[in-house]
Amino acid sequence: MTNLVYEKSKGLTDVELHYCPGCTHGIVHKLVAESLVELGVLGDSIGVASVGCSVLAYKYLNCDMQQAAHGRAPAVATGIKRVNPDNIVFTYQGDGDLASIGAAEIVHAAHRGEKITTIFANNAIYGMTGGQMAPTTLINQKTTTSQEGRSEEHSGKPLRISEMLATIDGAKFVERVSVDTPANVRKAKKAIKKAFQCQIEGKGFALVEVLSTCPTNWGMPPNESLQWLRDNMIPYYPLDKFRDFEEEK
Amino acid sequence: MTKVLMKGNEAVGAAAIKAGCKYFFGYPITPQNEIPEYMSREMPKAGGVYLQAESEIAAINMVYGAAGAGGRVMTTSSSPGISLKQEGISYLAGAELPCVIVNMMRGGPGLGSIQPGQADYFQATRGGGNGDYRHIVYAPASIQETVDLIMESFDVADYYRIPVMILGDGMIGQMMEAVEFKEPNKKDLPEKDWITTGTKEKREPNIVNSLYLDPEELELSNIRLEKKHNKIIENEKRVEIIDVEDADVVCVAYGTTSRIVKNAIDDLKSEGIKVGLIRPITLWPFPEEAFDKINKDCRGLLTVEMSMGQMIDDVKISSNGRWPVHFTGRSGGMVPTPSAVIDKIKEIAGGAK
Repeated sequence: MTNLVYEKSKGLTDVELHYCPGCTHGIVHKLVAESLVELGVLGDSIGVASVGCSVLAYKYLNCDMQQAAHGRAPAVATGIKRVNPDNIVFTYQGDGDLASIGAAEIVHAAHRGEKITTIFANNAIYGMTGGQMAPTTLINQKTTTSQEGRSEEHSGKPLRISEMLATIDGAKFVERVSVDTPANVRKAKKAIKKAFQCQIEGKGFALVEVLSTCPTNWGMPPNESLQWLRDNMIPYYPLDKFRDFEEEK
Repeated sequence: MTKVLMKGNEAVGAAAIKAGCKYFFGYPITPQNEIPEYMSREMPKAGGVYLQAESEIAAINMVYGAAGAGGRVMTTSSSPGISLKQEGISYLAGAELPCVIVNMMRGGPGLGSIQPGQADYFQATRGGGNGDYRHIVYAPASIQETVDLIMESFDVADYYRIPVMILGDGMIGQMMEAVEFKEPNKKDLPEKDWITTGTKEKREPNIVNSLYLDPEELELSNIRLEKKHNKIIENEKRVEIIDVEDADVVCVAYGTTSRIVKNAIDDLKSEGIKVGLIRPITLWPFPEEAFDKINKDCRGLLTVEMSMGQMIDDVKISSNGRWPVHFTGRSGGMVPTPSAVIDKIKEIAGGAK
């Protein structure tokens, strides 16, 4: 007899992921899928895919899905949740989608205390469109639209979404995690699960920001990307829990 | 059933609730504010949800989510707000989601004015959003007709899985008339087996989507939409036609403007000038066949609009060179007077008696 030590989550479909080598979206998808299964809500869940690399999440996650216009996933999720409050509704958004074009929708979903969960993959760049500067791009980071590196004078300093949303009372759970090491992946899983727990308990809006890599558009191999994330992103985007409904009783 | 005196905007809300609308997402803009105000008060009593969105963009995307989740849903706005909804309308059409959208038009372009206008005809009938799509456009001319069309439009939207737009204007929204809420024509609606309500791990996931990365797949989807559009063209055209068989001049007007034209026609009867009217009730699909009823000796058609001339394009297409097509109208929130219409009709009729 052999012992089964690992199997793919039933929260994922059998469709082959299209992500580039070293991209961390696959890990984050897995964590979302595992969380929904472990919480026993996969069959009640509705995901909203956004525009960007993760647009095809609707093919990868094994639950009902809607695909939203660029930045509008929190509004679409609001519509779904208001029709069927018993569903577990989540958005999966990148930083171009959420922090730039969708800034209004995410702020107001939090402001209304919308009982949805947002998984926010922040890799400091637009991936799908070919590596353009995002609001989250770091100072001096080179992108195809900041070829000499982002300048504060020209584009301002990178936007810290978790800190901003944590100032909104309707946001009941906000945590920034990273998936650069196995230990951090485990912490990310815990945060994602708790963000869904927040919704299951009807507390309000929950968001987990996941610091992610984009080796292709960062122009470096996967292992160097993970190091770059540790050396550059974590100092500016500290891993922290900014709001926790359990600690605010 | 007895008639009640109602303001157009409030009648819109009442008709929607009576038609089973349970979800309303909106954003304030004049001259349609009485609709969200009415909905905020009455929707909870009807067991539904009213939600004020942070913008028209968010509102139409909430409609998308709600429609995808199987809700009978509506949003309302006025011209500049409807412009903001166009992206969402394109997505709704692409993902084949049923909903009802009301535009109480005002003068434009830009921020324009808050007085009644009909300058969003192009936007409504040509599609202000991107891509190969169509949606039904009803243009009511009275509050009764607004109520009737709204009550029917939810079924039409569900039947074809398509957004339906009610194209009114500030006049329809703001004036009061006696209305009766009649039982609408019901369509035999199929079960919504495509909505996202959770798989319960008992079926394959449902996906609400308008993305097709493979162009061949997208083309096939667009061909399928086209077949649906053709079915709508075949079955859903509506028009009021008055005295076009022996008219010297035939006016073409919709909504508020058609009422002004009717007054002008009545005034001209005593002068012996025979004037007909084609009043499209559906702007898309446009009732082209109505023009085949016009006598060949008619001296000309007169399109009357509260715009610089937009529906006139469809009038020209439908008349297909058979008669000269003229235009008179006011723009920017100004309303044409019957006397201006009468003068133009006389000019076209020439010496006709």
